[in-house]
Amino acid sequence: MPVSQETLDEIALSRAEYEAIVDRLGREPGNLELGLFGALWSEHCGYKHTKPLLRRLPGESNRLLVAPGAENAGVIDIGDGFAIAMKIESHNHPSAVEPLQGAATGVGGIVRDIFAMGARPIALLDSLRFGMPQDNARVQFLVHGVVGGISWYGNCIGVPNVGGETWFDKSYTGNPLVNAMCVGLIENANIVSATAKKPGDLLVLVGADTGRDGIHGASGLASRTFEEQAEMRSAVQVGNPFLEKVLIEACLEAINVPGVNGMQDCGAAGLTSAAIEMAERSGMALRLDVSRVPRREEGMTPYEVMLSESQERMLLAVEEHAVPEIEALFEKWDLDATVIGHFHAGAEVEIYDGETPVSETPIEPLTSAPEYAFTAPKPEWLAKLQATDPAAPGLPPVSPADALLKMLASPNIASKRPVFRQYDHHVQTNTVVEPGGDAAVLRLKGTSRAIAVTTDCNGRLCHLDPRTGAQIAVAEACRNLACVGAEPLALTDGLNFGDPETASVQYQLVESIEGITEAANAFGIPVVSGNASLYNESAGKAIYPTPIIGALGLLEDATKHAKIAFRQQGDAIVLLGRSAPWDGPGTLAGSEFNSVFHDVATGLPSMDLNLEVRVQQLCRNLVRAGLVSSAHDCSDGGLAVSVAESAITGGLGASVTSALPDRWDAALFGEGQSRIVVSLPESELAHLKAMATELDVPVSVIGSVGGDRLTFGEASVPLTKAADAWEHGFERATTG
Amino acid sequence: MFLARIRVSLKPTVNDPQGKTIAQALGRLGFDTIDSLRAGKYFEVRIDEYDRAAAEKKVQAMCTQLLANPVIERFDFDLDPVS
Amino acid sequence: MKFGIVVFPGTWSERDTQYAVQDVLGQPARLIWHKETDISDCDAIVLPGGFSYGDYLRCGAIARFSPIMESVREFAGRGGPVIGICNGFQVLCEAGLLPGALVRNEHLEFRCEWVNLRIERADTIFTNTAAKGQLLRVPISHGEGNWQSDSETVRRVEDNGQVLLRYADASGNVSEATNPNGSTNGIAGIINERGNVLGLMPHPEKACETLIGGADGNVLFESMMRSATAAIRS
Repeated sequence: MPVSQETLDEIALSRAEYEAIVDRLGREPGNLELGLFGALWSEHCGYKHTKPLLRRLPGESNRLLVAPGAENAGVIDIGDGFAIAMKIESHNHPSAVEPLQGAATGVGGIVRDIFAMGARPIALLDSLRFGMPQDNARVQFLVHGVVGGISWYGNCIGVPNVGGETWFDKSYTGNPLVNAMCVGLIENANIVSATAKKPGDLLVLVGADTGRDGIHGASGLASRTFEEQAEMRSAVQVGNPFLEKVLIEACLEAINVPGVNGMQDCGAAGLTSAAIEMAERSGMALRLDVSRVPRREEGMTPYEVMLSESQERMLLAVEEHAVPEIEALFEKWDLDATVIGHFHAGAEVEIYDGETPVSETPIEPLTSAPEYAFTAPKPEWLAKLQATDPAAPGLPPVSPADALLKMLASPNIASKRPVFRQYDHHVQTNTVVEPGGDAAVLRLKGTSRAIAVTTDCNGRLCHLDPRTGAQIAVAEACRNLACVGAEPLALTDGLNFGDPETASVQYQLVESIEGITEAANAFGIPVVSGNASLYNESAGKAIYPTPIIGALGLLEDATKHAKIAFRQQGDAIVLLGRSAPWDGPGTLAGSEFNSVFHDVATGLPSMDLNLEVRVQQLCRNLVRAGLVSSAHDCSDGGLAVSVAESAITGGLGASVTSALPDRWDAALFGEGQSRIVVSLPESELAHLKAMATELDVPVSVIGSVGGDRLTFGEASVPLTKAADAWEHGFERATTG
Repeated sequence: MFLARIRVSLKPTVNDPQGKTIAQALGRLGFDTIDSLRAGKYFEVRIDEYDRAAAEKKVQAMCTQLLANPVIERFDFDLDPVS
Repeated sequence: MKFGIVVFPGTWSERDTQYAVQDVLGQPARLIWHKETDISDCDAIVLPGGFSYGDYLRCGAIARFSPIMESVREFAGRGGPVIGICNGFQVLCEAGLLPGALVRNEHLEFRCEWVNLRIERADTIFTNTAAKGQLLRVPISHGEGNWQSDSETVRRVEDNGQVLLRYADASGNVSEATNPNGSTNGIAGIINERGNVLGLMPHPEKACETLIGGADGNVLFESMMRSATAAIRS
């Protein structure tokens, strides 16, 4: 019987894909099998449009303990028997439908990916994108919901949220982005794999019971544009962070029980992807009995049990002799632990309902979704944008001083304290550098070391040049690590793009991956994990290409770190990366200034990876030598904003003495790359210059710390006024 | 004047972790014949309307616009005249 | 002084507390699972912070019925020192071991930030290494830290000198501006009438070392340790 278009639409498979399934099986798939293919061949699980590209990312390093993509998260060796598991993941479409629960369950999902590796989750970061909030009730609703959801779930499970970004642009109006990153600590190199080890290993399901949540969430929501989602509201999952917390404790205890061979989390596409991918990795067949799965609802069909996306569930591969101990362990935590199947020699997945066989399917076709490679030329609209002079709008009719106040109050630049003070960022008592700076620093108890973590991506710059923009995302993440004194070790990438079946997005995908690859290679670090979220568009308009980079760095000495705040009257302010303070008009390309004052994003951003690496090394050396009082990079809003932020957070004024050029907009707010602003005692200037010369990094002494004003050439504002604009800008833009 | 007694609860298919945890706690206190428990919210709204139909329409609107989240919650209410 | 640190399902500050008293202050400490009842080996009991039972129904409402709480009640009844931190404070109030209740922060948001606490009395087992009026800089991290009670109880608690800590500014002034959650009279921590049970919303264990922002929190534990030594000597 030919399958109907309606059925294909419901599981988001194309007719050609259906034909491919028939071809690979040598027959028509049954009803349940079709559901399995729909889930595993979805973009979210199958990575159809991105796999060929992702293979190009650098994935090697002598610190890498797990090959990228091989397990639930990437793992990096940091010495002394410690390793870090890290990954970033998106939960965009559910957050657009129900922001609080969508963001909360996004946190839940990424945390499970981390403790599935046997790593204790030690930090969360969240990278968020919304439309412009001013006077937009819907956007404000999304912002409050998402932040509320992350706060609720993260605080409840006792994992500190130490960083991220909250960024606004009309490009994201119909498609908010919620990307959550989690970092976990593995001790004694005890990495857990998502595999069974021997024939006879039992498949044990632990955690929450199974309901009808999220059926078709992976295939349905993630492969559809926003309008189509409106009907899919029943697919929203509700999170239970209390159960997750208890599950973390139970699972981390369970991995030490002899005979527990593997662990996998149930995420997108529920049991289907978790169990079948586990079987595939183990190189074995799996027999699974859906009647044994504990249910929350009556009358669930095998199809519903296999596709349910009920949260807070994990799978363990356990040898028979260990089952009683495991059951007792989970019983102690008041959690279900149920044997639902077993692995054996072979290559099929057999699904039973009690004694009744429901389906038997070879695993290989299920886990090898088709891949779609493409090349695409640069779209004409992009060539036009790039060729447009970003300085063309000319100076706005305001004074530089007023421009500074307006920039500081703009929601992309204003302090995000109203957001991160809703997140517990002290729990686990490792936080050395708190949110609000360039990167967070977490000490490693029992060692003298610390790790640093951050996320970055400027979608506007990626929109103007996907390749350079992606290089900049990597460079900026590493620059943030350098500012706190850390050496970059590894990256994770959260790719957020529009419809991959369109030429523009295809171009963006190819170029962005190329950019990430080039930059990662320049820093000599691997991309250890990641996630792709496609089809982020509404009304036929795609979001800015937004490849969010999460970066991990290492500090050998936790006490040798720097923060962004000026600390001492009389300190010299030095710009690393330039021999003179002011950049030219070309650096207005894609700038926040052009967005705020002219509502345009035009021009061509540029990145010199060679210079960037040297500037970062210089900064790191300065911080490690204890020479600087503060270090802060220049990014959104340029030099003036960077200096202002250091002044405001330090409660000390600053004066940049060079006269402003005619194009003061570019000078103050241009977003040229590879610049870091440090402050240090004048007595250390000679030392700094010598270190700079050795690394061939241009530097420029641009001013000094002191007084109660912020002064740039002839432009000057009282520090208190700047502080008021910056501290309250976010709240003013996102309420009422 | 009317008094609306509004009950908001999660839709039957939506997971209610709070309800489940509270039921387990009651079980530990000796209430072992509980089959299930779902938690919700209760609102008492005094509404100054003369006409019952108008009051009902307003309460309905309050629920759909604010008091209940139509994505995951449902509601019902009693409406009685009070002095 | 041996510290017993209670762990309810959902508690997450137990390791942080153990680190502070054991690794930083060098005292023996063990974790007590909430279903245990024998705490005869402990000299002091801590109910640490977290989200016991997810804060479902009301914070601490379910944890107060755990088997361990009977033992804690007896221990407190005999004069044993008990300190409830954040969620622990909420459990103590729900269990009736301290007066009042902790309700939602007035501004309705979860708040994580450093605050200044003013010590109102130095003649308690929790503050005898400090001076009256001394300030401690400690982080808070809660959504329900707003201490409320009926006016009769509030008056009694104030008159009895049961208010041990108040939210203040860097100069020690208590005002609405220094109150992070709307708590009555800026109350951050209270003791029972007998003076052996303390409940406070701020987290002293999160201020145990300069590297992570400050070590003022140790004052409370060190005072308890000194009282224990004094008790042994007398």
